[in-house]
Amino acid sequence: MAAEGKAIDALSQFALTPVLGKVGASVGFTQSNAFMLLAVGLITALMISGTARRAIIPGRLQALAEAAYEFVYEMATGQIGEEGKRYFPFIFSLFMFVLFGNLLGLLPYAFTYTSHIAVTFTLAVIVIVLVTAVGIAIHGWHWFSYFKPPGLSPLLAVLVAPIEVISYLSRPISLSVRLFANMVAGHVMLKVFASFVVMLGTAGFLGFLGALAPIAINVALVGFEFLVAFLQAYVFAVLTSIYLHDAVHLH
Amino acid sequence: MADRDDFERRLQEARVRQGLDAAPKGHGGGLPGGAWGIGFRIGVELVSALIVGLAIGWALDRWLGTGPWLLMLFVVLGVAAGVLNVYRVAMPRSGPR
Repeated sequence: MAAEGKAIDALSQFALTPVLGKVGASVGFTQSNAFMLLAVGLITALMISGTARRAIIPGRLQALAEAAYEFVYEMATGQIGEEGKRYFPFIFSLFMFVLFGNLLGLLPYAFTYTSHIAVTFTLAVIVIVLVTAVGIAIHGWHWFSYFKPPGLSPLLAVLVAPIEVISYLSRPISLSVRLFANMVAGHVMLKVFASFVVMLGTAGFLGFLGALAPIAINVALVGFEFLVAFLQAYVFAVLTSIYLHDAVHLH
Repeated sequence: MADRDDFERRLQEARVRQGLDAAPKGHGGGLPGGAWGIGFRIGVELVSALIVGLAIGWALDRWLGTGPWLLMLFVVLGVAAGVLNVYRVAMPRSGPR
């Protein structure tokens, strides 16, 4: 599949295909949805089995569950403050969903649902709608003063307010594009170098030797992709926390 | 209660000393650096604000039938919002987080 003929086909890995036979095809249930369900199942299993024994000396699963919990807890309370505890469940679910999507996508034959802008943009829209709702719920009409920087003459405020509104509305776009672009770029690079391996490896003895270089690059890239997978999930969650902070504490 | 908070604080300090926890950061940006990361982030911030300005202007023009004028206006506002975004990336707001 990687190199059919001479062309490098790096994008077919992102194509959606229905799974579960006719039922899946008729309701549009694709492998992307299947992996989302798998991620949710794995996260639930990790947290339930990790907290089941509550040992004083944690086992591996419990240590993993606790590390994940505390990592996000520190992030939420550190960025938002004490009020961050109220939004911790949301941030935790978001972080784990994105993290598992990124990490599952690195397994062979797996599909990366975070490599689709439709998925990441939906997540970002959920974030921005929630942040706006939280802001209005806490501050009421006063929340709209968010778009008017303090200490500005009314004349300038008329000019600055639309800019602030556009800047606010650009948040979901930058949030989703960052995650989506990082995941797509990584997977395309992996695929391209893997195609080089196949093309060179079938081109005689010298080609076989030459194929070692792209293999070495791919080994390094896989390690790098694990870093990116974690980092992008972290960035997504941290920016959500920062936006929530802005909604809770105006200015 | 104050007693317990004091204990938590001293425990935290001890953990930082022993290198178990990272030291609390100065400002609350908390975003990882790296030349590529920052460069990519700034590019995305610029373009996303421009896209929003473009979309608003286009939609308003379509709705009100005001030719290209609102589109032109909102593209300029979008660029300004993009620069504002970049400014916020470069200079994280100080104050308690």
